[in-house]
Parts: sequence; structure tokens; C-alpha cells
Amino acid sequence: MREQLERIRLQAANELQGVEGTEALQDWRVRYLGKKGELTQILRGMGAVPAEERPAMGALVNEVRAAIEFMLEEKSRQLKEKEKQARLASEAIDITLPGQVALVGSKHPLTLVIDEIKQIFLGMGYEIAEGPEVETDYYNFEALNLPQDHPARDMQDSFYITPDILLRTHTSPVQIRAMERIRPQLPVKVICPGRVFRRDDDATHSPMFHQVEGLVVDKNITFGDLRGTLLTFARQMFGPEREIRLRPSFFPFTEPSAEVDISCGCGGSGCRVCKGTGWLEILGSGMVHPNVLKYGGYNPSEVTGFAFGMGVERIAMLKYGIDDMRLLYENDMRFLSQF
Amino acid sequence: MRVSLEWLGEYVNPGMEAADLGEKLTRSGIAVENILRRDARLDQVVVGHIDVIEKHPEADRLWVCSVNTGDRQYTVVTGAQNVRQGHKVPVALPGAKLPKGVEIGEAAFRGIKSSGMLCSAEELALEEKTISPEDREGILILDKDAQVGQPIAQALGLDVPILELELTPNRADCLAVINVAREVSAITGQPLQLPDVKVVEKGEGRTEEQVKVTIEDSDLCGRYAARLFTNLRPGPSPLWMQRRLQAAGMRPINNIVDITNYVMLEMNHPLHAFDYHTVKDGHIVVRRARTGEKLVTLDGQERELNSENLVIADPEKAIALAGVMGGLETEITEKTTTILLEAAHFYPASVRRTARQVGLRSEASQRFEKGVNINTVKLAMDRAAELVAQLGVADVVPGYVDNYLRPTEPVKVPFRASRINALLGTTIKPEQMEDIFQRLQFPVQWEAATEGEQRDAGIVVAPTYRPDIQGEHDLAEEVARLYGYDRIPTTLPQGKTTVGQRTWPQTVREKIIDALVGSGFREVVTFSFINPRHLDRLAIPAEDHLRQVIPVQNPLSEEQGILRPTIIPGLLELAARNASRRIPDLAIFELGGTFLPKALPLKELPDEAWKVSALVMGAAPVHWSGKPQPYDFYFLKGIVEKLLSALKIKGVTWSRETELSYLHPGRAARLQITQDGMVFDLGYMGEVHPDVREAYDLAARPVVMELDLSALTLLARAKGDYRPLHRFPSTDRDMAMVLPVAVPAGQVEAVIAEVGGNLLERWRLFDVYQGNQISAGFRSLAYTLRYQAPDRTLTDEEVNHAHESIKTALMERLGAQFR
Ligand SMILES: [Zn+2]
Repeated sequence: MREQLERIRLQAANELQGVEGTEALQDWRVRYLGKKGELTQILRGMGAVPAEERPAMGALVNEVRAAIEFMLEEKSRQLKEKEKQARLASEAIDITLPGQVALVGSKHPLTLVIDEIKQIFLGMGYEIAEGPEVETDYYNFEALNLPQDHPARDMQDSFYITPDILLRTHTSPVQIRAMERIRPQLPVKVICPGRVFRRDDDATHSPMFHQVEGLVVDKNITFGDLRGTLLTFARQMFGPEREIRLRPSFFPFTEPSAEVDISCGCGGSGCRVCKGTGWLEILGSGMVHPNVLKYGGYNPSEVTGFAFGMGVERIAMLKYGIDDMRLLYENDMRFLSQF
Repeated sequence: MRVSLEWLGEYVNPGMEAADLGEKLTRSGIAVENILRRDARLDQVVVGHIDVIEKHPEADRLWVCSVNTGDRQYTVVTGAQNVRQGHKVPVALPGAKLPKGVEIGEAAFRGIKSSGMLCSAEELALEEKTISPEDREGILILDKDAQVGQPIAQALGLDVPILELELTPNRADCLAVINVAREVSAITGQPLQLPDVKVVEKGEGRTEEQVKVTIEDSDLCGRYAARLFTNLRPGPSPLWMQRRLQAAGMRPINNIVDITNYVMLEMNHPLHAFDYHTVKDGHIVVRRARTGEKLVTLDGQERELNSENLVIADPEKAIALAGVMGGLETEITEKTTTILLEAAHFYPASVRRTARQVGLRSEASQRFEKGVNINTVKLAMDRAAELVAQLGVADVVPGYVDNYLRPTEPVKVPFRASRINALLGTTIKPEQMEDIFQRLQFPVQWEAATEGEQRDAGIVVAPTYRPDIQGEHDLAEEVARLYGYDRIPTTLPQGKTTVGQRTWPQTVREKIIDALVGSGFREVVTFSFINPRHLDRLAIPAEDHLRQVIPVQNPLSEEQGILRPTIIPGLLELAARNASRRIPDLAIFELGGTFLPKALPLKELPDEAWKVSALVMGAAPVHWSGKPQPYDFYFLKGIVEKLLSALKIKGVTWSRETELSYLHPGRAARLQITQDGMVFDLGYMGEVHPDVREAYDLAARPVVMELDLSALTLLARAKGDYRPLHRFPSTDRDMAMVLPVAVPAGQVEAVIAEVGGNLLERWRLFDVYQGNQISAGFRSLAYTLRYQAPDRTLTDEEVNHAHESIKTALMERLGAQFR
């Protein structure tokens, strides 16, 4: 009987070698451990074993059973692992095929630039002021120190609706509207983005374009504050290594006035963008003219202020390297999809 | 404005190179746009003398010249027909490379070797406007005094650098060379030497006896002065004067005209010369033109005038348009012997109006428009008289007339050094300011300082050639620009801390843009004005309120004809443009203003209603595994619903929109909300009408929407209502019903919502079917309904009861059939 048990153990181990797949393993299990299996047969034959040998024989039977069960467990684990590997292999896909098409939208580059400018000035405590695109002569010219027949009105050829109503030629009228709204409170700290209109249409001019205007009015505002504010802006917008340069200029609504150049990305070595000068003209600015403060409802002997204005198209073109302004208004999807 | 350094050098020596001077001027407020050099590539061109000229033995039209250039003799063959023996001409030597790229070598012309080339004005790149018409033809014949062998640039005065100034309107004074010299002196500190005018008069009689000036309209003419020149000896002006005029971009004409132009450039005073004998009684009347009065101007055109125009007249008729252009009848001719020279001051506004009206913007009118100095009118006249005598052009009759009716005093500008420093953020000492004012030749008087204090208050007398200096802030700019803008400190506003934040409307706009961009839409920017023909393309009926549009009075073209009453046509035009570029699939939007008048013609500003408008066309990009998602009505409706949900706007009713001419009447909807008994119109969406599609040449079927931003802003909420999550399980039940097609799903859902009441958590349409097994004119709608209560688990009975009630209501009210 002892030999018989040893034979079963060996035979089970040998047969197990050839078992592939869970079904075959099941058959094998039934053959050795099932109710009609070989081990059960042997147990049934225990009656023929002398009583004194039975305990030892029982222990041996259990040992063999444990060994076969261990084999079963081990084999079963191996088979499952193998099957899993096979399943994973069969599930492989071509990962180079294109992904599901997500709907991708985009903001217009002009909006992106205006957003960026807004963000910088919101961070500096400015609010965003707005005004109408159709304006009165009063807000567009007169209150900005540009009376009738002022030669500087020639600088801006306007689209008229009536002799007294026109499409605004700059965002500056919003300065007056903002002061009227906020007075007599201080400070006034606003930026005014928006569309403006001039009678020009060629490669470098569009009859409609965008400006962002800024205005600060408070006690003790200085020309130095203007310079510092614009330097902060230029560095946030274009990079921390940038410098600015102020040149005397003229705007009817500011005095002193300055054109503001920002150092070119080429680092001053001169390139196509800056036409070799190392500087880019991006802003007009100055200290708010006393007459304009008066029109806005503030007393110029008590408060001072500064104002600045920039063309959004120019900044967008500089920032993205767009060489033709008209692209901004053609709205070709191949153009817009790049932003 | 062009100023040659040679001319400038007569009054001030800048002591530096042109480029450095240009930079310095620019940095202190007179922008030098360019430094013009006219002598590039002329180094191999010299003055040659034609010793001998003979016909080419083999060619009719060619000449063989023996040319002497001082140290050498050249044989040059030329095809020009205007060269004669003894002429002096520009000779390009072999090896020269001329301005327009022509390289000069040696070549044989029918057997005769030619070395070098005789040059025309064009070959030397002379500016056409600065040379006479005869000099533009053939070889340029030089002055007989030209020095043989001299480089041509020297001989023609082309070797002087010219500053091209870009003047701002406040610095019209720099239209005078002497005022540019003042500026150069101020910024360099170099001494200034202005002309010391001395008139040499000659002959019998006095001007006052022969000339009378009456200013009738002194509101348009503040000063009028005149002198007489007799025994006119016409001829060319001296070369030095011609060279200066040419450097300034003007063409020399003759001695008297050149003198008036010279003084105009030197002092910024336009002068005008009349033939004295054509002015009746020698009597000048300055008056408004009579309505319908006619005048033939120097250019031969007859002009009809009105009372807006100021004219110079004699007792009978107008003889010139004041400050704009002279009359033909009183023009200087070969017969002229006596000249009446006018030096006057006309007010800018009147000159501008007249120049605009007659479409003439002469050099003189532009200067009057920008303002000339009324106090130097006589000085300019005397300067011209001085030159007339000096150059022997005519005899200056003793005496003069000068009617100065409205004397202008220099402006006294009080200031405080401390306030200037406060404005600039600087600590410039009063002495430094005084030094700056002195360099500018602004007289300054200080108030005595109190013991132990610095001087602070003072008065600057602003010269009348600087009318831009009106107040302390103007002085601050003068101080700042001469002190140096670069030396202004860099600070930030101190004051109270402010928080920058967006207003609610601005926030709503950002949410909308984010929602649309997040849904695959591309933002576009189109113009606020449109071509009026869009209204026809949109088939808007004549009496429709959308025809009440605001016209632009002076558009550049029809493209800016009207202010847009809606953004839709702009989007349709873009759709067409992209489609024509083979981009047929689009999802675009624009946020912007539309313009509706309160009344026409406009009396007050129009309503600027901001809209969010979108257009979809074609289909979403197709994935290889699936079917295209069409950009149709339901796609855009989904986007609108997403937008409303992003803004937390609930309770929108969708009703059929049939009024708008440009939408498909069966595929358009209007969105409204009723709140507190008020109806808010949110806008509309729908498929574009087939006729309109055709008008825009669109093959696909675009769907558009236009929502009103102010309504959205009003109804939008920053946060939705929070409701605690249900803890008890829910039960889902489906129902499928058959209904006439004419019953909208909206009605079905209204019944479901009403009858379902509190127990109904939500419902969802999952199938719409029409076709086999359903009678024609009917369709099947299938919904999943979820039942749930906040406080308990619903029993089957409760759910069954609720579900059946809904079914019953649908059967009774809408005729729904359940199977
Ligand atoms: Zn550069």
C-alpha cells in the first residue's frame, strides 16, 4: 500500500507536467482527489490494513493528499497567469492610430493679448472700464483738450455719424467717463480696452483696431510713477530682461507727454523686428493735462494723474510674430487655430 | 520738415556728427526720422568739361566727346542730344557704380572706345521735385562756374546731411530753420547766431503813399504788412540759395520766388508777391469772400467762394485766397516791374477750412494752419527785403505798411519749482531749471525767496514762437526733456491699496467665452460696421426694424456703410470666405456690440447692445472609428444649453421663431424666461434660411445663434442652488409612447414634470422613433424616469402609482398611446 501511495504521488506529478489548460487540470484533480479518484480508492482499502499500521498509513495518505493539493494549487496559479498573459496579448491595439477627436476651440489672438494686459493691471489694482464705440464729439475730442479746429484733430481722421457723433478714434473718451463715474473718490485706476476706428485702410492700417488705455488719478502721482508702472507692465508682458525708454512727444490730453519704447527681444543687437534700432515703439503716455482733469471733474491743483495707451494689434504682432495686420481680421481658421 | 546741416550751421554749430545730433534731438522731443544723404555712390562722378564734341562717324544719333576732368582727358560716346562744346557735365568715371546700380566701364560704340559716361539727373538720383523740367531731360548741364574735376556731390551741394524731422503739432515752430537752430542751441549749449536784419532802401517815394491796406475781417487776419520792390531784375537766385532750397526739397524758380520761399523756410512765414500794377489803386482789402464770388487761382482753376473764405482783394475783386493760393491775374510775369510783397498772419481755422473746401493744401496753407508767429511778420518781410537788396533782385522802396490790429503779447507763465518737481517726481534745483529756461531763451523772473529758503516761485515769459507754452505743466515738460527723460526716477504710485477685479458683466463675458472655447468654438473678430448690402442678403423686409440702421457719413467704401444691427452677417461672410478656402467645417463665435438707433437721424448715442453670436456649419472633425457629428440645430442647441448651464440660468422656454427673415421658419427657436411676471428675451437660434444661404453662396446648412448679453448678465448667477444629496435608493422606470408628430417633446416633458411632482427626481429622453410599425404622422418617444424621495425608500406601489398617473395624464391630455 505504501508503494501504491508513492506510485500515485509520482504518477500525479508526472501527469501534471503534461496538463495544459484549466479543463485538463480539472480532469487531473478528479482523477486523483475526486470521490472516485485514486486516493479515495486507497482510503476505502484502509479496512484491509492491520490496525497497528493504520495511524502511520493514515498519516502517509494525508501527506500524499497534501502534496497533490499543493501541486494542484501551484499548477492552477501558473495556468491562470499564463491565460492572463495570453488574454492581454490578444487585447493589444495599434497605439499609433489617431486618438478620439476632441473639439478644440480658441480665443482670438487679440483677445488673448487683451486678457494678458487685463491680468497684469488687475494684479496692480486697476479696474476695467468700458465705454461706447459710438461717441459724442465732446467725449472723443473736446473733453480731451481737443477743441474744434485743433490741429491735432488732423492726426485722427474720423468716421462721422452726424457732425456731433462719431465712431471713437481712441479709447481715451473712457478716461473722461471713468472720472465722471468715480469722482470725487480717489484714486482712479482704470484700464480701458476696446475697439477704435480711423479712416485708414492699407497694409499697416485697419479702419477698425483695438487699444488699451490706462489712467491713474490721485494725489501726488508723478511722471516717475508713470515710468515705473510702464516698466512693470513691459517686463510682465514681454519678459523680465526688458527695459523701457521714454521720448518726449505730444498728445493733446497729456503734458508732459512721452512715447515709450521697449527694448527689443534681440537684446539690442538689432534685428528685422526693431529695424536694427534695438527698440520697439509700443506706447504713448504722459501726465494727464490739467484741462482733462477739469473735464473729468477733478481739481488739477489737488490731484495729478498719468495716462497711457497702446495698440493691441501691434503688441499681438510683436508677441506672435505676425507680419501682416490684415490676417487678424480675415479670421481664416488655419490662422485662428494656431492660438 | 527737412533741414540741411549746412543751412543750420549758419546759425549754430552743433559740434557733433549728424547722427549724434539726430539722436539728441529725438531724445529731447524733436523726432529726427531719418538722416538723408544724397551723395551715396557718387564718389566716382566728377565735373567734366566738353572740350570737343563731334558726330560719331558711323552712327547718326551718337556723339563723341572729348572730356576734360582736370587731370585727365576721356573719350566718351553719348546718345544725348543736348550736349554742346564748352558745357560742363557730370562724368561717371570708369569703375563708378551709380546710385541706381549701373556700373560704368569701358565699351566700344561702333568702333570707338568710350571711357565713362555723361550723366542725367536721374542717373545721379537727384530728387525730381527739386529740379526744373528742362534739367530732367538729357544730360544734366552744370552751371558754367562749376569747377572742373570737382566731385559732383560737392558741385551740386549733395554732400550735406539733411535732418528729416517728424514734427508733432505742438512744435510747428520748428518749421522754421532758425527755430530748429534755437532747439539745437538749447540742447547742445552752443551759441546761437540769428540773422541781424538790415534793409537797404533805395529810390524815390514811399510805400505808405502807394500802398493802402484795409483789414475788414480782423477775426480772420490779425496782421497784414506790405513792401514794394521796383526795377525788378528777374534771373536765377545764387547757387547757395538754390542748394539750400533743394536740400529742403524745393525747386528753385527765380530770384524773387526763391527769396520768398527761402524766408518761408528760414522763419516759417509764408510770403506772397503780387504784380503791383495789377492791384487796383494799390489798395489791398482783406475780407470774407462774397457768396458766389469767383477767383481764378494760380493753377488756372476757377474757384467759387463763399463767406467762409478769406480773400485778399483790391477795391473791385478778389485777387488771392488768403494764405492758400494767389490769383492768376496778379501773378508775377516777365512784364512785372514792381512787386507788392505781402507778409501776413491768417488764423489757422479759416485757412484750414478754405484749403479743405477748395482742395488745395499748399506749403503756405499748411504752415498757416499749424500757426505762424504773428509778432515776426514784419521781421520776415524785412528779411526778404534785405535779401532782395543784397542780391540785387530789385530796389526796395523806402517805407512799409504794417496793419497789426490784434497785437499778441507773450504769455506769462507762473510756476513753482517745487510743483514741477512734484509732478515729475524729481529733485531738480531751481538753478538747474533757470539754466534750462535760459538755454531755451525763455526769460525768467524769480520771486524773492524767504530767508533761508530756496527760490521757488517764478514767472517765465513764453516767446510767441512757442505758443504751446501755456501753463506750468508745459514748463514741466520743457524742464523734463532738457533735463533728460532718462533721468526721471522709476517709482510706483503710493496711495491707497486698491483691489483689481472684474465687474459682473465682465465676469459673465469671460464665462461665456470659456464655455464656447471649451466646446470647440473659435473666436472671431469682425468689424463693427458692415456693407449695407448685407441687409438685402439677409432678406430683411423694407419696414423691418432691422432696416433702421445707422449710416456712416464718410465711409472709405461701402464696407463701412452702416453700423451692424446684428453680428450674424459678419459670421455668414466669414463662413463663405472659409468655405471658399476649402474649410467647410466651422464652429465660430463673436462677442461684440450691435447698434440700434433710438431715432433717425441720430440725436443721441445709439443703444449698443452686446451680443454673443455663433455659427456652426458642416460637421465636427470625424474620428476613423465613428460617424461624423453634424453641426446641426441640435448640436448648437446643446451648446446654448451648456452656456445657460454655465451661467446657472434655468427655466428657459423655447418657442418657435418665425419672424426673422434669415432663419428657416421651421428650424428656428426663440429663448425666453419669465421671471417675477416679466418676460426676458434671451435671443434666438436656428438654421439659416435657404434663400439667405444662397445669397452668401453657401452650400452647407449653417446654424446660427444670437443671444443678448445684457439679458444673460441680468439672469446669470454666480452660484447655483445646492441641494443635499439623496441618501435613499432611487428607482428607474421607462415609458415609451406614440404621439402625433405635431406634439412637441416640450409639452410631453411639461406634463411629466407637473404630474411627477416631488417624487420624480429626473427624466431623460432616450429614443425618438418614426417609421416601421408606427403609423404615418406619429412618432414614438421613450423616456427613463427616476423616482426618489429625500426621506424614505419608495415602495413599489408608490412608484407604480406615480408612473401610472403620468401615463394617464399623457393619454388624457396629449393623446399618447402606450403599448
Ligand atoms: Zn531687435
